[in-house]
Amino acid sequence: MRNSIAIAVASGKGGTGKTTFAVSLALAAERSVSLLDCDVEEPNCDIFLNPKYTKTEDVTVLIPEADNRKCSACGNCSKICRFNAIVSLPSGPMIFPKLCHSCGGCVRVCPTRALTEKKVSIGTINSALCGSMHFFQGKMNVGHAMSPPLIRAVKRHTTPSGITIIDCPPGTSCPMIAAIKGADFVLLITEPTPFGLNDLKLAVETVRQLNIPFAVILNRSDSGDNNVDVYCQNESIPILLRVTESRDIAKAYSQGKTLVSTVPTIQGMLIKMFDYIKENIKSEKEKYG
Amino acid sequence: MKIAVTSERTDLNSPIDTRFGRAKYFLVYDTEKNTYSAIDNKQNLNAEQGAGIQSAQNIINCGVDCIITGHCGPKAFGVLNKANVKVYLINGGTVKEALDAFKNGQLKAIEQSDVVEGHWA
Repeated sequence: MRNSIAIAVASGKGGTGKTTFAVSLALAAERSVSLLDCDVEEPNCDIFLNPKYTKTEDVTVLIPEADNRKCSACGNCSKICRFNAIVSLPSGPMIFPKLCHSCGGCVRVCPTRALTEKKVSIGTINSALCGSMHFFQGKMNVGHAMSPPLIRAVKRHTTPSGITIIDCPPGTSCPMIAAIKGADFVLLITEPTPFGLNDLKLAVETVRQLNIPFAVILNRSDSGDNNVDVYCQNESIPILLRVTESRDIAKAYSQGKTLVSTVPTIQGMLIKMFDYIKENIKSEKEKYG
Repeated sequence: MKIAVTSERTDLNSPIDTRFGRAKYFLVYDTEKNTYSAIDNKQNLNAEQGAGIQSAQNIINCGVDCIITGHCGPKAFGVLNKANVKVYLINGGTVKEALDAFKNGQLKAIEQSDVVEGHWA
């Protein structure tokens, strides 16, 4: 077994505590740890870490650019585009950069080389050392709508030896999938409410499709109802941690304080969770080779 | 000239479909031959994105001179405008009524899209 593990902290529903747990997990990890804020549309791990960024890298994607003088208006570019991002007109191609998925198909099928690719900035990755933690924040440019390429760029900072914690975007669509893909384990944070349960089910279906081992953390566990418990029991999904609703935690959160600093006993529980996850990954690998 | 009308069904008595990009059908009427044909727009009805853009491309490929529809978004309008396809809006009624209104000069070509760009704008 290799020496590194990547744990994605995801949810279906937003506001269940992904960032709270992702930050505290990273702080609780004993050895070399990287925290990747992949919620690039509104990254917020930094609020709890106050990082002093030492590096900012620009992330770009390739978007086609047309030279109308070379265009023969054959229409190949428009036909190959699955995303309707380019139309072929007698006067030359018309390109919609915000719909482009940068697949490069149009450039390849252009017989007259009227299309070339140019780099367009979609966001930045800010990095800092916070104590012994390597922190990477993905931040999408305002006005840009497609986050997966930036999320994938942030994930290239996954540590080759040690623990990587990935704070994922909410939901179960492309950005969430881009964030959890390739992780060794997914922690799904939920709350015991009908909304929490509904979105947990969607998240569970998504993670199962990707064949990643996972478990649940139940936040504000003594609020709401017991339907998340019933669901997890029926589906044999382990609930690794329950954190009860607490005014102290909410107050500390509002002041930008972390969960581990507010409730020191959580540290031990999180370390136990790492042990469980490591064992689980090991046994899964033995089972399926 | 060729006129395209967004339509709920494939005949002239069908109600017009007020959506452009996700219209069910385009009825393409030829004023010289007095004939029409229906184009199924299922491909764009189910498109994840860019339905208006691709619908505009299809309409342009048919060689139409103008389109009558209920609403036209900014991307679709941009494509149609660049290809010199005029866009006329009508509130409802049948395809036949829309064509008659056009022939009688009751419709006016729009100069810009009548829909606000995307939900994040």
